[in-house]
Amino acid sequence: MSIIKAENISFTYSQGTSLEKTAVDNVSFSIEKGELVGVIGHTGSGKSTLVQLLNGLLKPTSGKIFFNGNDIWAEPKKIRSLRFNVGMVFQYPEYQLFEETVYKDVAFGPANMGLSQDEIEQKVLNAIRFVGLKENILSKSPFDLSGGEKRRVAIAGVIAMDPQVLILDEPTAGLDPHGRDVLLSQILDYHKTKNNSVILVSHNMEDIAQNANRTMVLSDSKLVMLDDTAKIFSRVNELEQIGLQVPQITKIMSLLREQGFPVSKSVLTVQQALKEIVNLTKGADPFL
Amino acid sequence: MPNTFIDIQNISFSYDEDNSSDKIFDNFSLKIAKGDFIALIGHNGCGKSTLSKLLNGLYLPQTGNIFVDGMDTKDDNLKYEIRKKLGLVFQNPDNQIVASVVEEDVAFGPENLGLDPLEIRKRVDYALKTVDMYEHRLKAPYNLSGGQKQRVAIAGIIAMQPDCIVLDEPTSMLDPKGCNEVMNTIINLNKTFNITVILITHNMKEAALAKRVIVLDKGRIISDGKPREVFSNVDLLKKFSLSVPQATELAYLLKGYGFNLPDGILDEYECAVAVSQMLEDLKCR
Repeated sequence: MSIIKAENISFTYSQGTSLEKTAVDNVSFSIEKGELVGVIGHTGSGKSTLVQLLNGLLKPTSGKIFFNGNDIWAEPKKIRSLRFNVGMVFQYPEYQLFEETVYKDVAFGPANMGLSQDEIEQKVLNAIRFVGLKENILSKSPFDLSGGEKRRVAIAGVIAMDPQVLILDEPTAGLDPHGRDVLLSQILDYHKTKNNSVILVSHNMEDIAQNANRTMVLSDSKLVMLDDTAKIFSRVNELEQIGLQVPQITKIMSLLREQGFPVSKSVLTVQQALKEIVNLTKGADPFL
Repeated sequence: MPNTFIDIQNISFSYDEDNSSDKIFDNFSLKIAKGDFIALIGHNGCGKSTLSKLLNGLYLPQTGNIFVDGMDTKDDNLKYEIRKKLGLVFQNPDNQIVASVVEEDVAFGPENLGLDPLEIRKRVDYALKTVDMYEHRLKAPYNLSGGQKQRVAIAGIIAMQPDCIVLDEPTSMLDPKGCNEVMNTIINLNKTFNITVILITHNMKEAALAKRVIVLDKGRIISDGKPREVFSNVDLLKKFSLSVPQATELAYLLKGYGFNLPDGILDEYECAVAVSQMLEDLKCR
């Protein structure tokens, strides 16, 4: 059974007014347990609206969303418990820290789940470790931390609820390349250890290409592609038409293919490209 | 350097004046020529953003001096003059838009210069046309895309008629299309209007578009030159765990295998041409 299933969901902002705008238009898909799904699309394509529908922050104007087979809006009063299971890390989450200490901030979610103090402490410690922070940070004020540490604390606050689905909206925006790699590898570790599902929204095509099993492409409020990541990025021309880019390395291989070289369509990393090109030179004389 | 526009002379700077061991810059010097297009790259915390705020006098160096077009940033009387010459654009477009109509936002700066209304009108129209946002002049900023908002922010600076624009990661919150819009605007400002551009970025593909790339680490310059020169030194950049464009990295790795490729490949097209040439030479078609 899919962990999340969307059936013909649509969402219209300010319905019935002159500002009416449909942000998600008749979208259907399902996500399995343990999957890491990338979501790409240009600004205004409906990505953020879509993920807010998935954890019940917005209610679809039409269509249904199922979590573990249950309609999430069957009993609207219980929507709160869904948010413990579908955790959402917003863009620039460091602006949402509010408590006096890091411990209290990270514990806020689990404390609201009605857990015992011991359980809460265990969850806080685990979450802090997953995001690569040390225990001595717990007594500090979140406002005394560096930007990168703040972001980690904010992510830990969501991880501490042990959500079955973790949604991250641009988790690496504004970080330097090194910080980006470290944070992504921590998210991947968490994902692998817990075998939960992760939905990663990003403008960074390299991040999606290297990490997502499957990728969703949104354009003008519609779901236009959903497939294995390698297959998605092999559709270079279609992606470019809707204002998206493929990773530079994928583009290089596509240009080589246009030149008549038999290289793979689905190259996503520099290492794969290197292998493809070296393979082509096998049997060539000079120095190999 | 002829036509020096920015002259940073042996500055030291620390956020904590009492604790001088925590210096962001220690005896740092740099000259930037008028009309140049500089990309500043380096890790978070390397001093890039601090430098941008030192340039327009938001921060003052504890020792040493910074001259902008010959004016000392420490001279209180010149503060406004310097900020007219050197405009700052930040990461988040939502934090720098103040008015509820696009053209009013662009007019904010010139209004504060106390200019004649006709002159303000002229400057606003000119600035909006320069960033290709003139047709949106009567819209509300919240109805614009991120790339459009960022271009409005840039128009607000252009309306001040600066000689230099410093942009601190202006595309990091934008989608690929928005990035291209903003980068094209920046290149145009430099090329067509001869405005000195200092672009702070983590994006190596963007840095490759500049005329001069400066790599900072812990307040020191570790590499400085044309993009082709800086990015040919992949080993050095890796040592400081900075990334290079994927095209540069592929060429670098192929060279490691002993293949013959030119130095300092910067973009996908150069890379594809070089690799296909290499394969032709090896008769691997």
